[in-house]
Amino acid sequence: MITTSNLTKYFGALGAVQSVSFSVGKGEVFGLLGPNGAGKTTTIRMLTTLLAPSSGSASVGGYDVIADPLGVKRSIGVVPQTLNLDIDLTCAENLEYHGRLQKMKREDRTSRIEELLHFVGLREKKDMPVEHLSGGMRRRLLIARGLMHRPAVVFMDEPTVGLDPQARRMIWGLVESLKRNGITILITTHYIEEADALCDRVAIMRTGKIIALGRPVELKKSVGQFAVECLGRYDVPRQFFPARAEAIEAGRDLCTDVVVRDVTLEDVFISLTGERIEG
Amino acid sequence: MNFYPIFWKEMLLIRKKPWRFLASSMVMQVLYFVTFGWGLGRGMNVGGGRYLDFVLPGILALSAMNNSFGPVSTSLNISKLYTKTIEEVLVSPVSHWDIALGRTLTGLARGLFSALTLLVVGFASGVHLHLSVSFLAVLGLTAFCFGAAGVAAAMFAHSHEDMANFNSFFIVPMSFLAGTFFSPDRMPEPFKSLILVYPLTHASLVLRALAAGSDPSLNSVLVLTAYSLFFFYLAGMMVKKAA
Repeated sequence: MITTSNLTKYFGALGAVQSVSFSVGKGEVFGLLGPNGAGKTTTIRMLTTLLAPSSGSASVGGYDVIADPLGVKRSIGVVPQTLNLDIDLTCAENLEYHGRLQKMKREDRTSRIEELLHFVGLREKKDMPVEHLSGGMRRRLLIARGLMHRPAVVFMDEPTVGLDPQARRMIWGLVESLKRNGITILITTHYIEEADALCDRVAIMRTGKIIALGRPVELKKSVGQFAVECLGRYDVPRQFFPARAEAIEAGRDLCTDVVVRDVTLEDVFISLTGERIEG
Repeated sequence: MNFYPIFWKEMLLIRKKPWRFLASSMVMQVLYFVTFGWGLGRGMNVGGGRYLDFVLPGILALSAMNNSFGPVSTSLNISKLYTKTIEEVLVSPVSHWDIALGRTLTGLARGLFSALTLLVVGFASGVHLHLSVSFLAVLGLTAFCFGAAGVAAAMFAHSHEDMANFNSFFIVPMSFLAGTFFSPDRMPEPFKSLILVYPLTHASLVLRALAAGSDPSLNSVLVLTAYSLFFFYLAGMMVKKAA
């Protein structure tokens, strides 16, 4: 459903995205994981036709992003990082507007609005202006808007940024529900646990390049099963081991306050770059 | 063609706050009318007629311009730079011409509404004016012209400061110089020729002729039409560049 080949974007001399290649199959949840400035949003903006690539190619839903942007736009739903809802309009009016932009028929719009507001838990807020909604509610409404026209592919750019843990869990639930319905989702995030929990495959990005790509479990396995780190000691590098016993043994020699835990995707990032992902 | 949703949303926003819309559409124009028409112009004659009858068509053109260019450019510029609501449209299957047309028609509706309300105030004040379909059509064309200019300016401006500069160097000088309050014939060369470059000058000249019941200059009609087409083309291209 999504294919990129050597996708590149330069802003002047700055290579924001450099030769990025990946493909996403139908019904797959694919994550772009990386710190701020890694090129995740720029990649998503090229795939949603908001930015023209400097070189390389990409197609979404079988449509080339450069040759047939309208074809791409017909097959995608976008949940942007910015809460770009019309705050003077009600929840229902925001969805109505989107349905009209997507040329949906009146009866379809009406029933779809009811269905989606129920799906995202905002049915009671249907006629409430968006300016009175909390950040989490606005995020959920953005998801509803992105799904309004039943797109085959949904792009979600940092869908839980700035949300409290409860609201984040709620969004995760929505994404899992979409996944069960076979919708292809490309999600960008810098939250490790989010990528781990939601994505079938993850591309880890840093400074515009993909530095690792695979299933979360495989990526973690490539580092080791267990991580050892010293509590409060950032000068001591984390160590990774294939077996828990081996990790505990090594931890004894490392420092006094030691923790042995399962490897995370952040450990993968650290082992590849020497940096923390949220730094 | 899929411009209607864009127009629909803007009209919906107006319907939600009608008094704010009415007040913002009227205040400047009524001030001009009171200051230049009743205040300075009472008892003055221009070309054998009352100054009030002379100045109203100019202020109507000005009203159409201000209320199409201003709201369209401001809201679109904020939508592009700050709220990012334009991105919802840019990722929807809507062409750049549809976006430009939807926004320009919003300008037309706002500009025309504002001019018509001022017209009512003018009639209520005893202004004599020959109202015709052509007169209303030219008011509409003026609002369309500056609505399109507003779209082009908003999409071109990279900051709110850029937008303010458009107003300072383009709109404000035109408001005062483009034959709104006086006849361009009164100006010496080369100022007269410079004033004739402004599209608002031609709008004022055509409206003034139609208001007096005479035939307007075909040249002015053509210039205003050409500006409208040019600004609309520019608006479409600027949206395309952003999309």
